[in-house]
Amino acid sequence: MLGVARARVESRAVAEEVVQEAWLVVLRDLDRFDGRSSLRTWVLGIVVNLARSRARAERRSVPLPLDDGGPVVDGARFLPSDARWPGHWALGPLPWPGPEEALLAAETREVILGAIVALPPAQREVLVLRDLEGLDAADACSVLGLTDTNQRVLLHRARSRVRTAIEQHVHQAEQR
Amino acid sequence: MTQDIVAEMPCRELVELVTDYVEDRLAPLHRARFEAHLAECGECTTYLDQMRQTIRLLGRLPEDSLSPEAAETLTAAFRDWSR
Repeated sequence: MLGVARARVESRAVAEEVVQEAWLVVLRDLDRFDGRSSLRTWVLGIVVNLARSRARAERRSVPLPLDDGGPVVDGARFLPSDARWPGHWALGPLPWPGPEEALLAAETREVILGAIVALPPAQREVLVLRDLEGLDAADACSVLGLTDTNQRVLLHRARSRVRTAIEQHVHQAEQR
Repeated sequence: MTQDIVAEMPCRELVELVTDYVEDRLAPLHRARFEAHLAECGECTTYLDQMRQTIRLLGRLPEDSLSPEAAETLTAAFRDWSR
């Protein structure tokens, strides 16, 4: 619940308040839970709504667009349209060290968390629900009020950015 | 690297479709092109593998736990409620 709240509100303290508030709403409204969704989805929906209205109240800014546009991989890494193989990798993905366990070292974990924090909120919400909380696509759409297509666009952008952050980190570590 | 397969779905396009592919949401024709491209392209195979690793790593990030103060407040709220 805390992770889901923090997808929208910056500070941990505020996110904790949101979680507490959500529990109170859950306790108050439990008899109104109709069982159409799983209890978990219903509870996470309450957290998301509270976190969003809290973020709105604090920022008073226009909502961020769903999609920040642009390709998920820097266009300069592909061959130009007049090349023999246009759109093929010019600089392919840099290899990651194996085994995968090595990528769970504290340093990489920090890099991954930093990348999540840097995501636009709409992308962060989807990523947290899908990949950290393990909700399926239908439940994430219902919690966040998104269409299936928008959910996938946001998830793809978020995952791609995290991958890029890991790649940059691995590459920098090799150069040291 | 076979030129027609790259022309049908260049690497630049493939990287935009990775989530649709792993979520099994590509139309059959696109899926066939995606897989034909992968069979010919080591870089895109690496890219897909890194995206899958990214998803697994995200799933293994530790759950954030509540601070002791927040946990205490919640416990108190539950006590009041159950009275």
